[in-house]
Amino acid sequence: MASSERSQDNNSKITVEETNFFYGEKQALFNVALTVPTHQVTAFIGPSGCGKSTLLRCFNRLNDLVEGARLIGRICLDGKDIYDPSVDVTDLRTRVGMVFQKVNPFPKSIYQNVVYGPQLQGIRRRSVLDGIVEKSLQGAGLWEEVKDRLHHSALSLSGGQQQRLCIARALAVNPEVLLMDEPCSALDPISTAKIEELLHSLKEQLTVVIVTHNMQQAARISDLTGFFLMGELIEYAATKTIFTNPSDSRTEDYVTGRFG
Amino acid sequence: MSDRIKKFLDSGTLFVWLCGTAVAASLLMVGGVLLLIMINGLGFFWPHALVEMTLTDGTHVLGELKGEEVIPHSETPEFPEGKTRVRLKVGNRDLYGLDFRWVDTDQITSADFPKDVAAFERREWGNFYGRIREVSRGEAVVASGNQEGWKALQPLIERANDLHDEIEHLQRDVIGDINYEIEETRLRIRELGLQGQRETPEVAEFQADTNRLETRYRKHVETLRALSRKLDEHSVLLVETNGREKRLVVGQIVKALRPNDMGFFEKMLRYFMNFWSVLSEEPREANTEGGIFPAIFGTVMMVLIMSVAVVPFGVLAAFYLREYARQGLIVRVIRIAVNNLAGVPSIVFGVFGLGFFVYAVGGTIDNLFYPEALPTPTYGTGGILWASFTLALLTVPVVIVSTEEGLSAVPREYREGSLALGATKFESMLRVILPCALPGILTGLILAVARATGEVAPLMLTGVVKLAPALPLDHHFPFLHFERKFMHLGFHIFDVGFQSPNVEAAKPMVYVTTLILVMVVIVLNLSAVALRNYMQKKFKASAV
Repeated sequence: MASSERSQDNNSKITVEETNFFYGEKQALFNVALTVPTHQVTAFIGPSGCGKSTLLRCFNRLNDLVEGARLIGRICLDGKDIYDPSVDVTDLRTRVGMVFQKVNPFPKSIYQNVVYGPQLQGIRRRSVLDGIVEKSLQGAGLWEEVKDRLHHSALSLSGGQQQRLCIARALAVNPEVLLMDEPCSALDPISTAKIEELLHSLKEQLTVVIVTHNMQQAARISDLTGFFLMGELIEYAATKTIFTNPSDSRTEDYVTGRFG
Repeated sequence: MSDRIKKFLDSGTLFVWLCGTAVAASLLMVGGVLLLIMINGLGFFWPHALVEMTLTDGTHVLGELKGEEVIPHSETPEFPEGKTRVRLKVGNRDLYGLDFRWVDTDQITSADFPKDVAAFERREWGNFYGRIREVSRGEAVVASGNQEGWKALQPLIERANDLHDEIEHLQRDVIGDINYEIEETRLRIRELGLQGQRETPEVAEFQADTNRLETRYRKHVETLRALSRKLDEHSVLLVETNGREKRLVVGQIVKALRPNDMGFFEKMLRYFMNFWSVLSEEPREANTEGGIFPAIFGTVMMVLIMSVAVVPFGVLAAFYLREYARQGLIVRVIRIAVNNLAGVPSIVFGVFGLGFFVYAVGGTIDNLFYPEALPTPTYGTGGILWASFTLALLTVPVVIVSTEEGLSAVPREYREGSLALGATKFESMLRVILPCALPGILTGLILAVARATGEVAPLMLTGVVKLAPALPLDHHFPFLHFERKFMHLGFHIFDVGFQSPNVEAAKPMVYVTTLILVMVVIVLNLSAVALRNYMQKKFKASAV
């Protein structure tokens, strides 16, 4: 009863209701329920294999690709079940963008990387695409660095630049939600700082869900934090609470570095 | 002691040496093959010196020196090493019966290289070596003596070659076109006849066309005769080294050289001219003389058609197997079958091509679309299309395997990244995965081209011929004539080397053809490699 009320709440972007997830026989998520609020940064933390990435990939249905993957439950975006058969998956994915752990710009030029999504939506006008490229690269804080070499290969950029290009690429389709799966785990501290800085400005425009291994990072950037352990959501609350006054002892053990 | 041996073995030094030896042996073998082909093939174009020998019995021998060897079982007390003999190409097949002759070294009393002897390349009977006695026009002598005759002969040969070009143009282009049109008209009339129209105005019109064409044909044949008569106007009386005479119509001479009188640069020039004429001319004398242009053309065109046919099929099949099909037992079995297909002897593919493409598909096409030409088959007989398709079938496993490898090398992150941007699976494949897999696909193409260029056995069943009357590409609509038979370098080697009546004289031609086949393979491969590198550059990092 309480959950359905919450899903109509204007403040909630994604609502997860009593969701179980299976890879074949193996269950990866157990009765997870949470709400991701709009224009906030939500972080998922937890040890490896705890199911936080799995949940993230449920939000844009990227788990559909895995053979034998099965979801029981309900995940709603703006109150609408995204696993409903009537939902167009490609449409969902333009609304819910994603940035991956492994930096993955396509082996094309910087420009072509950014316009990839818009072109899929049928935008062909050069002037429109140019505008999108500039806006997206500025949104990802990369414009000043690459504006003179837009037609160079994306693979000629540094690791941190490549990851910001991936963010720009995701921004180019104007998503409402941006999923980030450990976006900084392969980057140096300076690049990491740049991306964290970026998140602060990004949340003005959209909702961010980020999975991270780095607890300081979660503490620095997120408004809410969910702690996962072995497929269960142990605790989900404001970041400050999680890190200073967790209600579950397991959360306390994890955030204080006693295990994990 | 055994400890040290064990240590030595364990250190791997022996293994390194073994590996190195294997590489060196392979390189030596490849290098040896190439060197042998190059020496024998490239030597062919050089204007060889003519040696004139006087023998102990007073007779003379004139010809090109081709080699020297010890006579087998000729060891005597005086000659413990054995006696030697030399091999000469003496030409003059019409007089001697043979092109080559052995001369025992101890029979030779003197040998020199007279500057006034000439080698005449003829349109029939091979080369003539000797001197000129007189040049005449009809019955009247124009020039007599070797020197005078040589000078008089040069412009005559040039004129004769021009006349030959004119005759060939007339025969091939003008009369060939008329014949082509007559045949087309005949087929139209027959087609109308099959539809039950025999006396209609349309038929009459075609009949009139035929008559007009035949009148034109007869007129051109007259011109042709006149030109041929012109060719016979001049003749030259040649004399071989022992004084036997031979009268030759100037039109029979392709070129005359005095190799002993030529400087190095002159020979060099002649070398490249000879090389070019082999590349660009048609074969003569049962393929043993002249050029091999139709064979080069046929080989390249067949490989191109094969590439166009094999790549889409192989790539689509690989995409299905790797991207769409459920990876299970069936796909595994298919993959094993595909790999085994690559190991099936090529002649089996030839038999299949003959049975399936030529008789089944070709026969059906003939019945449906070319009934007017029957019983002469159009597609129901071997042709360049069926040969190319047979080779495509032969090479499709290679393309499938390398495309699959290319596809599996595309990182999962690219697929996910594309899907996460709202692309469908098809869009991802077209725009991200295919470009990434392109180098793999092109590697498959390179391997396929390399295999297809060298294949001969299946072609012999599906459309290769010793001598093709026309190229499969010409100016008649629709320009590409896929049903035509064609010539092929590999088959040319087999034919010239093993099927010609004059094997010894054809030997240089075999090496030249081999050399050119190797060059064609290299050129085709290099262009595919260049294409791959270009694609790689285009789709991978341009500046890292």
